[in-house]
Amino acid sequence: MPTELLLGGVLVAALVLYALFGGADFGGGVWDLLASGPRQAKQRELIARALGPVWEVNHVWLILAVVILFSAFPRAFAALSVALHVPLTLLLLGIVFRGTAFTFRTYDARADRVQRRWGLVFSGASVLSPALLGLCVGAMAGGELGGGERALFSGWLSPFALAVGLFALCLFAFLAAVYLTAETNEPALQEDFRRRALGAGVAVFVAALGVLVLARGGAPRVWVGLTTSSYALALHAATAVVAVLAFGLLLTRRFAWARVAAAAQVGLIVAGWAASQYPYLVVPDLTLQSAAASPVAQRVLLMALAVGAALIFPSLLLLFRVFRAPPRTS
Amino acid sequence: MDLLYARAQMGLSLAFHILFAAAGIALPLLMVLSDLKARRTRDPDYTALSVKLAKGTAILFAVGAVSGTVLSFELGLLWPGFMGTWGEVIGLPFALEGTAFFTEAVFLGIYLYGRDRISPGLHLFSGVMVALSGAASAFFVTLVNTFMNDPVGFTLTATGPVDVDPVAAMFSPGWVHQTTHTLVACYQASAFAMVGIHALVLLRHPGLAFHRKALSVALPLACLSALVQPLVGHQSAEHVARAQPVKLAAAEALFETQRGAPLSVGGLPDMETGTLRYALELPRGLSLLAFSDPNAEVKGLEEFPRDEWPPVTKVHLAFQVMVGAGGAMALLALVTLVLRWRQGAWPDGRRMLGAWLVCGPLGAVAMEAGWLVTEWGRQPWILRGVMRTADAVTPVGPLAVPFWTFTLVYLFLGVMVVFLLVRQVSGTVPHGRESHEVAHAH
Repeated sequence: MPTELLLGGVLVAALVLYALFGGADFGGGVWDLLASGPRQAKQRELIARALGPVWEVNHVWLILAVVILFSAFPRAFAALSVALHVPLTLLLLGIVFRGTAFTFRTYDARADRVQRRWGLVFSGASVLSPALLGLCVGAMAGGELGGGERALFSGWLSPFALAVGLFALCLFAFLAAVYLTAETNEPALQEDFRRRALGAGVAVFVAALGVLVLARGGAPRVWVGLTTSSYALALHAATAVVAVLAFGLLLTRRFAWARVAAAAQVGLIVAGWAASQYPYLVVPDLTLQSAAASPVAQRVLLMALAVGAALIFPSLLLLFRVFRAPPRTS
Repeated sequence: MDLLYARAQMGLSLAFHILFAAAGIALPLLMVLSDLKARRTRDPDYTALSVKLAKGTAILFAVGAVSGTVLSFELGLLWPGFMGTWGEVIGLPFALEGTAFFTEAVFLGIYLYGRDRISPGLHLFSGVMVALSGAASAFFVTLVNTFMNDPVGFTLTATGPVDVDPVAAMFSPGWVHQTTHTLVACYQASAFAMVGIHALVLLRHPGLAFHRKALSVALPLACLSALVQPLVGHQSAEHVARAQPVKLAAAEALFETQRGAPLSVGGLPDMETGTLRYALELPRGLSLLAFSDPNAEVKGLEEFPRDEWPPVTKVHLAFQVMVGAGGAMALLALVTLVLRWRQGAWPDGRRMLGAWLVCGPLGAVAMEAGWLVTEWGRQPWILRGVMRTADAVTPVGPLAVPFWTFTLVYLFLGVMVVFLLVRQVSGTVPHGRESHEVAHAH
C-alpha cells in the first residue's frame, strides 16, 4: 500500500478516535447545559465524573490529527489554514474556554455561584466547538475553498457546511447520552439519559437528511463519490444498519451494547465522509497524492507513529482499566 | 502591519504557553520527589505536598494543553507559507512531541485520579512517567526551534526542499546545547517559583512545618539548576558564536568586528551611530567567552547586510535580562548551599527567605528573556538563511482581530490561574479564611 494512503488512513483513524472520545466530551458539555428535572445536579455530577480523568487525553487525538496533517500533507494543512482561518480560530477559542473552564470548575473549591458560571462557560463552549468542527468538515467537503485568498467568509458559510455543523452537534450529543446511560447504575439517571439519547437520535436522523439533501448542490464531488464509489456506499449502508441497531438497543435498555453500536455509528460516519471525499483532501485542489510529503518524510513519520502507538495504546488501556475498577479504599 | 500582528500573536501565545509548559515539566518531578520523601519518612506532610503539587500540575497542565493546541493550529493559521513547505521536514519532532504529550496526559490522569485506586508502586510509577514525558515533550519541541535556527537535512531548490532527511533535520548541530538549556530553564523557573511561594508563606507565618518541608523539596532542584545553567548557557553561547554570529553580535550589541572583543554588560545600543552607550566593558571578555581565546576575532553587525540584522536593541536587552537574572540566581544558590553546608540544614532565616522571595520570579523572567533572544535574534528569518518571516505569513487579514481577542483571553486566563493557585496555597495556611473550604474540596 502506498505510504500516503496509509498515512491518510491514520489521519482518518485519529479523527474517528477524536469523534468517539472528544466528541463524547463535547456532548457531555451539551448535556451539562441542558441538565434539567429533579436529578439536574446528579446529571451534572455524572458528566463531570465521566469526563474528569479522560478529557485531556481525549483531546490529544485532535492534536495528533493536526500533526499528521502538517507533516504528511503540508500543502493541504496550509491551504485549509488559510481558507478556514475564521472558523478554525473560533474553534480554538471554544477549545480554550472549554478546557480551562472544566479544569477551573473541577479544582475551584468555592461552591455554587462561581461553579455554575464556569459550568456555563464550559457547556456553552461545548455546544459551539463541535458545531464549528462540523462546519469546517462541511466546508472541506463542499469544495468552495479555492475562492480567493482574502475571502474570509465565502468558503465556509454555505448552507451545506452549516448543516454539517448542526449534524455534528446532534451526533456528539447523541453519542454522549448513550455513553452516559452505561456510566451509571442508577436506573433513574439511566432513564434520563436514555430519553435524551432517543431525542438526540431523532435529531441526528433529521440533520443527516438535511445534509444529504444539501449535499447534491453543496458538495457535488462528495455527492458523486457518495453515489458512485462502492466503498462509500457500503460504509453508508453499514452506518444506517448500526444506527437502527443503536436505536433498538436503547429502546430495549441494553445500554452496554447500545454504546458499542453508537460508537460504531459515529466511526462509520467519519470513515464514510473520508471515503466519499477520497482522493481529495481539499476539494477540488489537492488530493491525498498531490498534497503528500516526500516519501522519506512519510516513512519516517509512519515509524514515529508506530513507536507512539506502541507507547500510547498500552497506557490508554491502563487508564481505562484503572477507572473501570472500583476504588481500593473509601 | 499584518506581519507584525501575526508575530505578536504567535509571540504572545508562546510566551503564555512556555510558562505552563515549564510547570508541566518540572512540577511532576517535584511531586514525585515529595512522594519519595513521603515514602522514606512516612511523614504525611510530604504526601499532602505531593497532592498539592499534583493539583497545581493539573491546573497548569490543562492550561498548557489548550494553549499548546492553539499553537499547533496557529502554525498554519499564521504561517501557512512556512508550514506548507517545511511541515514535512520538521513534522517528526512534532509527532514525537505529540506522543510524549499523550503519555503525559494519560499518566497524569492515572496519577491524579488513581491515588486510592491503584497500588502505591503503580501510583509512583505513573508520577515518574508524567515527569519523564513532560521532559521528553520539551526536548522534542525545542528540536524544532533548533532546526529553525540552524536548518539542515535537505537540499534547497527553487521550488522548495528536496532530499529531505527528517532525522538529520531533527538533530541540527546545536541540539545538545539548546535542549539542555531549555530543560534546565524549565526546572529552574518552576523550582524558583515554588521556593518563592513557600518563602512568602514562611515570612508571614514563620515556622510552618509544611512549608519548610516544601522548601526542602524545591531548594535542591533550584540550587542545582541555577548552578548548572550558566555552564550550559555558556556552551550554548559558544555554539551561537559559530553558527549564528549575527545573533551573538546583536545580543552583545557589537557593531564593529574586533579582535579581543570586550564583554559588554548593560548599555543601550544607539542605532544611529552604531555604538553601545552606558555599558560596562570587561576587556577581551567576549572573545574569551565565545571562543575560549582572549584575542579571538568576534564578528560585528557591520559584517552582515543591514536588512538581515535582528532587532538589535530588543535582542541586547533581552540577553542582558537573561544573563542578569541567571547570575543573580546562581549567586543566591551558591550562598544557600554554603549556608546549608555550614549549618547542616537548609537556611530559613528571614534574610534568606526574603532573598528567595525576591528571586522567585527570576527563573520565569530569565526563561522568557532567553526565549526572546532566540526568537528575535533569528529575525528577519523564520528559517534562518532560507525563508523570511515576511514570506511565511498568512494572506488572510486583518490579523489585528485575532491578536486582540487572544490577548484578552490569555490575560483573563492568566489572572484566573494565579487566583486559583493562590487559593491552593492559602489552603495550607492555618486560620486563613479559605483553609476550611479548600480542605473540603476533595
